[in-house]
Amino acid sequence: MTGWLSVALRSAGAVAELKKDKASGREPQAKKAAAEGEGEIWVVIEHEGADAAPVSWELVGEARALADELGVRAAAVIIGAGEQELARKAFSYGAAASYLAAGPKLGAYSADPHCQALAGLAARHKPQVILLGATTRGRDLASAAATELETGLTADCTELKIDPEKKLLLQTRPAFSGNVMATIITPKRQPQMATVRPGVFPAPEPVAGASGEIIASKPRLKPTNVSVKQLEFIRAPKDEVSLQGAKVIVAGGRGLKAARNFALLEELACELGGAVAASRAAVDAGWISSQRQVGQTGQTVRPVLYFAMGISGAVQHLAGMQASDIVVAVNNDPEAPIFEVADYGIVGDLFEVTPVLTEEVRRRKAEAGADGGLRIEKSARK
Amino acid sequence: MSINSLVCIKQVPDTTQVRIDPETGSLVRKGIPSVANPYDLYALETALSVRDQHGGFITALSMGPPQAEEVLRKALGYGVDRAVLLSDRAFAGADTLATTYALAAAVKKIASGRDAQTGASGIDIIFSGKQSIDGDTGQVGPGMARRLNFSQLTYVCSLIEIDVEARCVEAWRQREDGRELLQAKMPVAVTVTEQCSSIRYAALPDLITAAKKPVEVWSAADLDVDRERLGLRGSPTRVSKIFAPPARKRGETLTAPERSVAEVAALLFDRLAERGLKIGRRGG
Amino acid sequence: MNKGKKETGTAGAAGAAPARFDAIVVGGGPAGLATTFTLARAGVKVACLERGNWSGSKNMMGGVIYSHPTAAVFPEFWREAPLERLVTRRDMWFATTDSTIKASFESTDFGQEPYNSFTVYRARFDKWLAAQAAAAGAWMITETLAEDLLRDGRRVAGVRSGRPQGDLEADVVIIAEGVNPFLTEKAGLASCPPQAPNVALAVKEVLALPTEKIEDRFDLEPGAGAAIEIIGEITGGLPGTGFIYTNRDTISIGVGVLLNSLVDNVTEAYTILDKFKQQPQLRRLIQGASPREYSAHLIPEGGYRCMPQLYGDGVLVAGDAAGMVNPINSEGANLALLSGQMAAETVLACRREGCFDRHALALYQQKLEKSIVIKDLKKYENATPFLASHPQLFGLYPELMAALAREFLTVDSLSKANKEKLLLRLFHSQVPTRRLLKDLYDAWRSLT
Ligand SMILES: Cc1cc2nc3c(=O)[nH]c(=O)nc-3n(C[C@H](O)[C@H](O)[C@H](O)COP(=O)(O)OP(=O)(O)OC[C@H]3O[C@@H](n4cnc5c(N)ncnc54)[C@H](O)[C@@H]3O)c2cc1C
Ligand SMILES: Cc1cc2nc3c(=O)[nH]c(=O)nc-3n(C[C@H](O)[C@H](O)[C@H](O)COP(=O)(O)OP(=O)(O)OC[C@H]3O[C@@H](n4cnc5c(N)ncnc54)[C@H](O)[C@@H]3O)c2cc1C
Ligand SMILES: Nc1ncnc2c1ncn2[C@@H]1O[C@H](COP(=O)(O)O)[C@@H](O)[C@H]1O
Repeated sequence: MTGWLSVALRSAGAVAELKKDKASGREPQAKKAAAEGEGEIWVVIEHEGADAAPVSWELVGEARALADELGVRAAAVIIGAGEQELARKAFSYGAAASYLAAGPKLGAYSADPHCQALAGLAARHKPQVILLGATTRGRDLASAAATELETGLTADCTELKIDPEKKLLLQTRPAFSGNVMATIITPKRQPQMATVRPGVFPAPEPVAGASGEIIASKPRLKPTNVSVKQLEFIRAPKDEVSLQGAKVIVAGGRGLKAARNFALLEELACELGGAVAASRAAVDAGWISSQRQVGQTGQTVRPVLYFAMGISGAVQHLAGMQASDIVVAVNNDPEAPIFEVADYGIVGDLFEVTPVLTEEVRRRKAEAGADGGLRIEKSARK
Repeated sequence: MSINSLVCIKQVPDTTQVRIDPETGSLVRKGIPSVANPYDLYALETALSVRDQHGGFITALSMGPPQAEEVLRKALGYGVDRAVLLSDRAFAGADTLATTYALAAAVKKIASGRDAQTGASGIDIIFSGKQSIDGDTGQVGPGMARRLNFSQLTYVCSLIEIDVEARCVEAWRQREDGRELLQAKMPVAVTVTEQCSSIRYAALPDLITAAKKPVEVWSAADLDVDRERLGLRGSPTRVSKIFAPPARKRGETLTAPERSVAEVAALLFDRLAERGLKIGRRGG
Repeated sequence: MNKGKKETGTAGAAGAAPARFDAIVVGGGPAGLATTFTLARAGVKVACLERGNWSGSKNMMGGVIYSHPTAAVFPEFWREAPLERLVTRRDMWFATTDSTIKASFESTDFGQEPYNSFTVYRARFDKWLAAQAAAAGAWMITETLAEDLLRDGRRVAGVRSGRPQGDLEADVVIIAEGVNPFLTEKAGLASCPPQAPNVALAVKEVLALPTEKIEDRFDLEPGAGAAIEIIGEITGGLPGTGFIYTNRDTISIGVGVLLNSLVDNVTEAYTILDKFKQQPQLRRLIQGASPREYSAHLIPEGGYRCMPQLYGDGVLVAGDAAGMVNPINSEGANLALLSGQMAAETVLACRREGCFDRHALALYQQKLEKSIVIKDLKKYENATPFLASHPQLFGLYPELMAALAREFLTVDSLSKANKEKLLLRLFHSQVPTRRLLKDLYDAWRSLT
């Protein structure tokens, strides 16, 4: 739907109108601005300084597609210290406008000031849709803002569409731990809000030189008695990348035979930019921490790509991973039930197969002359 | 000085058994056992350990049909001081916005101490689970924080310290990329993950006490609320369709007698590339 | 010993937890709940410990309860209790792998108050019984396993649970722990171990089927139910029976076989059940039904010979724990309810005297002797040994009956007279007349 037209329009480079919304928050200007932004599709960019979470760009691409369908603008919302570079980056991914809300209390993320800023912007500019990544932070902010705006919020969407007649956003998401899919609408209130899982939509190709409108503002924050301060941050070691955020998971089971053999999986995971997980048998054997367990009594994961290495595929394990987009199973037993749910089955000794897979990834990377991991070009879901 | 807390507990169906009836396309919930939302038990344990350390009162709060009393009864067994169930047809069909509206109204009533059966005045901390396993949204905890003007601490994986004097809570919060130590001012709404301690083995005297403790049941009339904002009527979202997730099918076996392991590996990544997963540089 | 963890400050209605109880009941099945309810209603401070999440959560029962004994404890229970169907028809099937002879008894009488029997779903029914006991004033303590008995000299003085501060003292303990009489043994009262050949293993599945389909297939009036008992090849020729009970929108189907014939093997019991479900006449009844749950449970079938000592100093045993199951029809809930009630009445009588030693509690035995509980158990004293030693009753005889019926009903070139001759010959070749007569005589002696 994005189509060549939109790309062409964007690259044609409508001249950016750098506009300062000086007296933001005050009535007359607010009205004027509202006319400007009304009906837009917004994406709240999750960022740490100038680094944005990949899901944000995935969403900008999707917002653009939805906006084109509705004939409205897609816009990025950047709440922070005034990160101009992010505003511009948003244009390259398809946003026609960037709302840049800045202020001293907005530099580092904190639910209350950010919620106030977002709700304030939304109240003024009246977008019809606001999308956020379904990350720990995105969910945190979205829940607060939806409450403030007294509107509906659909969590963890895996599909977004526009109802051709009513022009409503059709928000599809798993419920009941993934046993059921539900399509949710917010028929009578605006904005319609949703959080979307990382990796559901492909990140669009950035278009160099794309431009758009930057709408800067300094939100006025109501003084409140609430406060949350960060005292410390401990970055997780690479192998501890949360399973929830991982796009690729390489999981091992009893077939791994010993703790040290998990190194094989780590290598593959590392090459693909993924995380290592395990079956309960491997956890019970003490080969890996219980925080890595996938399944009924462990975590439910939905990566784009799930490798099951030496895992038989007991229902309790399947309960935690069968919502993955693509499952690859390596098992030396051709009768293993895991093959019943695998998109690609490799019958063989994992000790032989895994290193060859890793090698193949390295070879392809070298060929492409880059260090990138796995890139998701389009939705892998069939 | 002590800490008064409130724990939100939801009764949920055992979701591993919930499914769609292939004939009618509707949700089959009948006959499926109900349990306390597992994350809420971590929330309850966190509240109990805060009380062990600082004293104070714990109120357990739930909204749901009459049989949701069971989860509150369970909470009483762990030694919770008071249990309140919001149960009324007017609450039925609530999405997270209408749920937080009702729950927040109940918290206000409990905190106002107007009918302070426990002698509690005010609520310092609200604990809830990081999400419910039926709705899976994680929106209720932060929503309540917003409505009540509490500080908001989500995805807490360990609560380490409460400074009663300074009215501050310090807790580790789980993020995708690591953990952060946060300090929040009370009153605070905390949602906890499964990395917090699991629920204790309740002591027999607590169970005996609980066996006769009443679960208070409140209807909409017991709360200072606008009925238009409750239940289905007060819910901006609607479920327009439910359906079974596409069942996984056995896919392709890549191994074949004539293929070497290297060929199988190459084939796999070719297949993945066909489905949009490419390795290497952008555009490569 | 039993100090509250912390004074929680709850004032008023709830009151403080009692430091000791007048009576403690172990086990929240029909026996334990009958005792608890009866005691609580009489104002006794009684606690009932149940290891399951709730009463009934660990229970399975094929599902027929009789109205008369149940109403003796819980008057007019049918007005409120969660019942599945009012049983108006009882069938007995003799089945081989491909044919069945059906004997059916149906009576409109069954449909009148006080009714005769109902199918119940134990998980719901027991929960209701427990709620009655709680409403009567009992302390219902679930998810709590009684691990041991407390003693004061020889006297049982309470119960030890596995929970923190888990000791509970009482004047008297009523053990109603069901088929695994673990505490009964600890009390030094058990006689037969719960092993082959004294127990049967029952496996059961609950299958969901729409109400209309159930009523249609079983030919039932709305709300009415059928109970079917099945003997024959279906148990793989092992001593045992199969059953089907209709519930509201589910069917309970299962088989029970004497454990010694299975040598402790639950999987094998499931194999039997699977085979059972393949029997064509049965398959028709359950076709298209989706499995809801399955479970396995033991039934004490040792009967009168295996009953433990029923009372000791400060302790009574009731229900399955006391082996009170009528082995002919595996009906234990009746006897459990009645024995539980008599245990309560005994406690009430002893309270008036203020003495719970074994001489005082012997009243329980006397009450049981006078009731149908022991009368019935005595009557069928030899039934289980008889069944165990006559497997032909479960394999050969039903097979022969079916063969006879088939021959007789098949129209072919043989004249009826010739058929009769042929049949008699067939029969005698399989069962020598002497053996048949002896089996019949033994059966008459031990089963009637
Ligand atoms: C209440 C309950 C909850 C549970 N929760 C969970 C849960 O959350 N998560 C979970 O995972 N499990 C859970 N389980 C356990 C589950 O039932 C299985 O036991 C477990 O998943 C088995 O782990 P596995 O597949 O690694 O081991 P196994 O079943 O032993 O399978 C090992 C597999 O490795 C293969 N293999 C061996 N050597 C090689 C080799 N050299 N190359 C290739 N393949 C090889 C074998 O063919 C086999 O298929 C739960 C069980 C219960 C009862
Ligand atoms: C398949 C099957 C079909 C049957 N069909 C019928 C029928 O149709 N009609 C009929 O009348 N009877 C039937 N019975 C028999 C009937 O179920 C039992 O006789 C009856 O349940 C006995 O009641 P009870 O209270 O003695 O024991 P149970 O019902 O077994 O109750 C004992 C309770 O004690 C608890 N418990 C045990 N130990 C401890 C402990 N240490 N601490 C705390 N709690 C403990 C258990 O969890 C349980 O809830 C059937 C049985 C089976 C298995
Ligand atoms: N009806 C309810 N009653 C009490 N607590 C609830 C209810 N719904 C949600 N909660 C609490 O909010 C948390 C998040 O729920 P959810 O937003 O539905 O995923 C749960 O873990 C509970 O602690």
